[in-house]
Amino acid sequence: MSGKQTVFGSLEHYEKGGVQVIDDDPKHYVFSNAFEIASKSKPYEKVCAGQNLRYVLEILRAEGTSPWFAADHDESALILDGEIEVHFVKPDQAAVPAGKEGSIKLAAEPKGKKMGWVKCRLGHQALLPKGAAYQFKAVGKPGVIMLQTIKGDLTVEKWAEICQTK
Amino acid sequence: MSTAATQAPAVGRDLGYKTYSIGGFRFERDEYFAHITYPGGRHLMPIDAFLRALMRDVAWGFFYGTVNFDEVLGTTNYYGEVELFLGAKNEAFVRARRDVTERFSSADFMKICKAILSDWTNEGFDPFAAPLETAAPFGDKRGSNDKALERERVSAHRMVGLAGDTEVRTNANGYPVNRMFEDVPQHQPVVEALPGFANEVAAFNLFGYLSRSDVTWNPSVCSVLRDSLFCPTSEEYILPIDHGNDRVEWFIQLSDEITWDVKDGATGRPRARVTMRAGDVAAMPADIRHRGYSTKRSMLLVWENGSSAIPELIRSGKAPVVPVKF
Repeated sequence: MSGKQTVFGSLEHYEKGGVQVIDDDPKHYVFSNAFEIASKSKPYEKVCAGQNLRYVLEILRAEGTSPWFAADHDESALILDGEIEVHFVKPDQAAVPAGKEGSIKLAAEPKGKKMGWVKCRLGHQALLPKGAAYQFKAVGKPGVIMLQTIKGDLTVEKWAEICQTK
Repeated sequence: MSTAATQAPAVGRDLGYKTYSIGGFRFERDEYFAHITYPGGRHLMPIDAFLRALMRDVAWGFFYGTVNFDEVLGTTNYYGEVELFLGAKNEAFVRARRDVTERFSSADFMKICKAILSDWTNEGFDPFAAPLETAAPFGDKRGSNDKALERERVSAHRMVGLAGDTEVRTNANGYPVNRMFEDVPQHQPVVEALPGFANEVAAFNLFGYLSRSDVTWNPSVCSVLRDSLFCPTSEEYILPIDHGNDRVEWFIQLSDEITWDVKDGATGRPRARVTMRAGDVAAMPADIRHRGYSTKRSMLLVWENGSSAIPELIRSGKAPVVPVKF
């Protein structure tokens, strides 16, 4: 590594670090890698990589076009790899029961007003606003999204598969 | 040697620095060291390490939990009150009953801390900067650098870049790209918001934003989901404190590499070394302290749960010390 080259990861190339135990259990650190998770995920499967009480980080493999999702609270999407469009619709009727935590999957694009769209690349963070329905579209090759959200029906936990255990 | 409380030998030379006291503690500095005199003895810290640690304690309002300046000296935040201690988080001191702790109102102690920082920071030294970016703090008093000390901590309400929220960083508003991040892409997302939705359809270049940070080891809140706080930061050299959080926190390494020394929060015994590279995600349990090392300036996302209820939930055993059991 040259002195000033900034090294990012990607689905095509990443290098994992790890936990060197001295007097502890490596599972306490819940150590995983977003690119490794996404390399093994189904498209838009919401794999939980971090949890702090009700709040979670979900890692998504962005490949093709996603279902429509919605949540009754803000979320945010940080792009770790790839180029991804996010399209937004304001549903005419609330798509998510008030107070429900976590995102839900909608059967189809809801009836409502188009809000606009964003196109994001490495390092861009997009707001997924409360009450809006949103759909991801990977432009070209698969990418990786990290969601800041609340644990919900779609959150997939598979800690033993994704984390360092020894 | 007497074990009674000692008076530090007077520095005896007028180097231009002031001396400060609060409770049973007295703070003095000389060319190289901070001297902290307390009931039971005197503790020395290299002045560069002391000022860097103090800067973080001040900038973060004593932060979450315990801010260990080194293996002996530190503060613990009780949110309105703060404890200053020597040895309370060091098992040898505790076993020998040599630890000393005093509790003060946060406002009172903050006044002293700010005064020390202002008086003891010489012209040209920036305690927020990496050593290669700033002058050394040693020697007699010469000038000051209050501009560097009084930076306001960035704290977005919803997300950076939204109307009425924290602005994105640009050359025009005083944030050039840092020398170690010249290769970080600065392109902005394409944002096409239809009328009426300008503050709902929004995105910004977080990595570009971090590349323009003029401080190190200084998390700033960039996106908020109730108590879920994304607090990314740029890191170079050493985290100036050993942070003993009073809650679980998470690290997501966005670029390059940081190595973390992890020790037991109460005793200081080493527990693990965690090396993180781009894409790595790791929890820091609520019963440890951690200090990071980053040669190449790197980007780290610190993810916190800012709920004020957590410390008591942890203390009472109602919230887990380790976030996930599997």
